[in-house]
Amino acid sequence: MAERFLPGARVRTRRADPPHHTRLPRYARGAVGTVLEPEGRHPLADDRARGRDAEVQTVYTVRFAADELFGEGDHWVMLGLFDSYLEEDA
Amino acid sequence: MSGDHGGASAALAAKVRRVEALLEQRGLVDASELDRALTAFLAKGSLASGARAVARAWLDEGFRERLLSHANAALPEIGLSMGGGLQEQRLKVVENTPSQHNVIVCTLCSCYPISLLGPSPTWYKSEGYRSRVVREPRAVLHEFGYDVPDDVEITVWDASAESRLMVLPRRPDGTQGLSEAELAGLVTRNGLIGVAPI
Repeated sequence: MAERFLPGARVRTRRADPPHHTRLPRYARGAVGTVLEPEGRHPLADDRARGRDAEVQTVYTVRFAADELFGEGDHWVMLGLFDSYLEEDA
Repeated sequence: MSGDHGGASAALAAKVRRVEALLEQRGLVDASELDRALTAFLAKGSLASGARAVARAWLDEGFRERLLSHANAALPEIGLSMGGGLQEQRLKVVENTPSQHNVIVCTLCSCYPISLLGPSPTWYKSEGYRSRVVREPRAVLHEFGYDVPDDVEITVWDASAESRLMVLPRRPDGTQGLSEAELAGLVTRNGLIGVAPI
């Protein structure tokens, strides 16, 4: 199955604050980053935590500039993010 | 929402003990069965394993490349695996260089490569480390006694989903001629987390 994002793709994370467990940290919501690589396909953690049938999705390693996440800092932050946390940054 | 292993840990421990007691009362698990499973799980995880992988990578360029590109496939070459838990976990090894420093954290809970590093230190699970190292890594590393030079770029890896992470530290100067076992003896847990140099 083809990955939705290729390495180098610019993506934006979802902004929503779901009323349940999620693996999209609050500090990385609504932020623009760059896809580094796919990490494989896994059942969506948000569904598993609620005991639901979990959709299997690609997890991507995404790189963010600290300045984009916190408004300051010169370092990078890498996160593993499920496909549905991401949209293309137009 | 995210987990909290800091202030809520006592309440969580009490909850776990209660569930354990109920499972035993109802005959669903044998009292010694859990202890056996836990002991076996922790026995497989030891800092010696991660240290051995690092020492081999310092000595063997081919192994180093394989460890960095496909860690799960490289580990069995030295008799290791990421399969100690319920299922094999993906391992990503990230390399420190003269211009790049890596540090790992799990901001949402306490994900950690137990099979290569052993049980995680308490500070790794603390609210302070988890919330601050992503935001101000230089300041946090300074508190560990490690001042990263200004011209070295820092990357913080947040184990937010399915992968576990380990740092491949820089080989210390003056270690030419040391054996693999001697090199492994130099490797520290904090070095593999990225809060200290080796």
